[in-house]
Amino acid sequence: MSLDLLVAILMTIAGAATPLLIAGLGELVVEKSGVLNLGVEGMMLIGAVTGFAVATSTGLPVLGALAAMGAAALAAAIFAVLVLTLMANQVATGLALTIFGTGVSALIGAPFVGITTPTLGPIFPDFLTSSPLLRLVFGHSPLVYLGLLLTLAVWWFLNRARAGLILRAVGESDSAAHAIGYPVLKVRYLAVLFGGAMAGLAGSYYSLVLTPMWAERLTAGRGWIAIALVVFASWRPGRMLAGAYLFGLVMTMELQAKAAGFNMVAPEVLAALPYIATIAVLAIISAARRGGTAAPACLGKPFRAAA
Amino acid sequence: MAVEARAPRLELKGISKRFPGVVANDHVSFAVPAGAIHALLGENGAGKSTLVKIIYGVQQADEGEIAFDGERVHIGSPREARALGIGMVFQHFSLFEAMTVLENIALGMDEPPPRRELEARVREVLDSYGLSLDPHRHVHTLSVGERQRIEIVRALLQQPKLLIMDEPTSVLTPQEVEQLFETLRRLASEGCSILYISHKLHEIKALCESATVLRGGKVVGTCDPREESARSMAELMIGGSLKDLSDKAGCVHGEDRFVVAALSAPGEPPFGTSLKKVSFSVRSGEIFGIAGVAGNGQNELLAVLSGEERKNVSGSIRLDGTELARLSVGGRRRAGLASSPEERNGHAAVPGMSLADNALLSARSRMGLASGGVIKAKKARDFAAKVIDAFSVKATGPGASAGSLSGGNLQKFVMGREIMQNPAVLVVSQPTWGVDAGAASFIRQAMIDLAAEGAAVLVVSQDLDELLELCDRLAVINEGRLSEPMDVKGISIERVGLLMGGIHGSGRGAEPEDGTAPAGRARHPEPAL
Repeated sequence: MSLDLLVAILMTIAGAATPLLIAGLGELVVEKSGVLNLGVEGMMLIGAVTGFAVATSTGLPVLGALAAMGAAALAAAIFAVLVLTLMANQVATGLALTIFGTGVSALIGAPFVGITTPTLGPIFPDFLTSSPLLRLVFGHSPLVYLGLLLTLAVWWFLNRARAGLILRAVGESDSAAHAIGYPVLKVRYLAVLFGGAMAGLAGSYYSLVLTPMWAERLTAGRGWIAIALVVFASWRPGRMLAGAYLFGLVMTMELQAKAAGFNMVAPEVLAALPYIATIAVLAIISAARRGGTAAPACLGKPFRAAA
Repeated sequence: MAVEARAPRLELKGISKRFPGVVANDHVSFAVPAGAIHALLGENGAGKSTLVKIIYGVQQADEGEIAFDGERVHIGSPREARALGIGMVFQHFSLFEAMTVLENIALGMDEPPPRRELEARVREVLDSYGLSLDPHRHVHTLSVGERQRIEIVRALLQQPKLLIMDEPTSVLTPQEVEQLFETLRRLASEGCSILYISHKLHEIKALCESATVLRGGKVVGTCDPREESARSMAELMIGGSLKDLSDKAGCVHGEDRFVVAALSAPGEPPFGTSLKKVSFSVRSGEIFGIAGVAGNGQNELLAVLSGEERKNVSGSIRLDGTELARLSVGGRRRAGLASSPEERNGHAAVPGMSLADNALLSARSRMGLASGGVIKAKKARDFAAKVIDAFSVKATGPGASAGSLSGGNLQKFVMGREIMQNPAVLVVSQPTWGVDAGAASFIRQAMIDLAAEGAAVLVVSQDLDELLELCDRLAVINEGRLSEPMDVKGISIERVGLLMGGIHGSGRGAEPEDGTAPAGRARHPEPAL
């Protein structure tokens, strides 16, 4: 295998892993605060279409990515009001958010089908990407680097910052956190908004980096994989990074098999691999833990301040 | 210390708090001087918890005012309370299980210093009060006594002027209680006032110099606990005279009825305790107690005895010579073993179902409330009505849902349901947990009566006083091991306490080392002394 090919493969893996990583880190923070938002897929779609629309209209992909974060955070805010203030069931509301996001994105995106957009391509000057190895380091979209930085930032926030300690406390025992005097709902609102913004950013990666065009259901269920990765990572940012890149590898198997001329297995089977792997990983993890999990103790439970 | 001239540390004037349908506090007034240890007494539902939540800023009073060191204050949140110098140790600890001791302490402070500095200060406080605790342990690996120490250290770091303790000793061994009292006395001598809430009257006698008694949200009296008897304070609390339990001396103990031998079972991961060769026997007419700090295998023992847990269980459970260990829950009930678990809402009874349906659930076979898969609704209602009547359960009737009953009334119903099936063996856990004094004495009397008729009764409880009052013999469970049984007459409380803390007395001979003690080893609660 030539060096060129190897670098190309590694770069596709990074490309496939980055949106999983960003959306997964967002959901990780949300779940650490004790909220289960199953609407990641819907928020990613809203992000993807908003990013695309703004980037094509203004010609500025960076503005598109920012708008994607804002729009998905807005969708997350609706979710937050429903489950936090009105105490709706989190699972049902999350599923509704995904359905809502799928529909709304198709509606907004209808006029944009078939056009291309300026992309968030490599940011470093050409001379830095002249050789394959340099390309491996400098040739990525800025979002790839952002994903890596975000991993570090989320780890630092959760393990070193006081605000992160409070967020974890709220997710571990909302009643105890409330008794000590922490604003449980405010913390959860902020976490949900952050999760929404990250899902939006991850969604825009599909429309602004991976494929510079819009199509309905562009994210193709990757939001669900991001949610599964949170469990896979046992709510730890470092493992989320490893998990996202592992899934990036699995997801690009189909392409790589084609490139390598491997045809012993039907391409459809390879394309289905990430989803099979998701189910396998979740089953293995829950079997291995036998009841005990690293999940935040209050995950998915509504909080009502004691009367 | 000369404090006479100063205003009281805390003064409440006419505090009222209403919830829909109830008045939790009705013009409550009292004062706590600086450096005093003041008790707040009352039954469940008397309004103690609401009152301290108001003082700690968790809730706001509808009426009345609070003065702190003579100045009128408004306490809008726990943060404001801490800023004034009020610390609180909660009844149900406000701890985060998955976090370390240090993280938990940092969460309880408004502006914690950097980690290293905080750790140094924590160690300083631990040293100066002679408390032992490892700041880097995760909370879920700690014993209850150690957990409480976290709360105390957390409060002490803020150098409080008033420390509120809400039922602090309900889960401690006698030695741990003594150590806690020493800490509190030392704090008081340094000028910190302590507001101490408990229903354990002899502890209040030992610790407090003044007391305010609440009943139905109102102050019904104040007293000096050192000059009262436990009985007189109890009567002040319930506003009536306390009935004596009938004497058990006349009871004749017969043959062994309920014999458990070498019972072992794995604990449920991740935090369960495994049972290690538990053996004991209960005679006809006898009440046998199992004491111990929560989480030492009591729940596992109950589940194994009732038949809920049969997987990987070894050993034998015999009732009048019949082996029960292979039988299901229903089979054991038919054989004459009735049981009632610790958690009444959701385990002993289904909250959303009527009392008649709940009666049906456990009395189905013994009372013939169903045949051939068809429910005899009228018979079930009649049985429930009989239980309600015989145990004076306050309920609208057999159709009332279990969840609508107060804790004490539901417990009376659950106990009545089992006792009226006339079992040969009754196994109960925490029969009077969270139950008011009147109902508790009723339930205890019912168990004594059942034993007097020849049944064998096994009571698992964390309340040592209850066991001492009720039982003929008792044994202590620690880490899933049961001690030798002891006659309650002439028992040494100190020895019981040591056993509860995991130190096995020298009179016991060699430790029962079976060499197979696995996972549970890692979480030895540390010795109480």
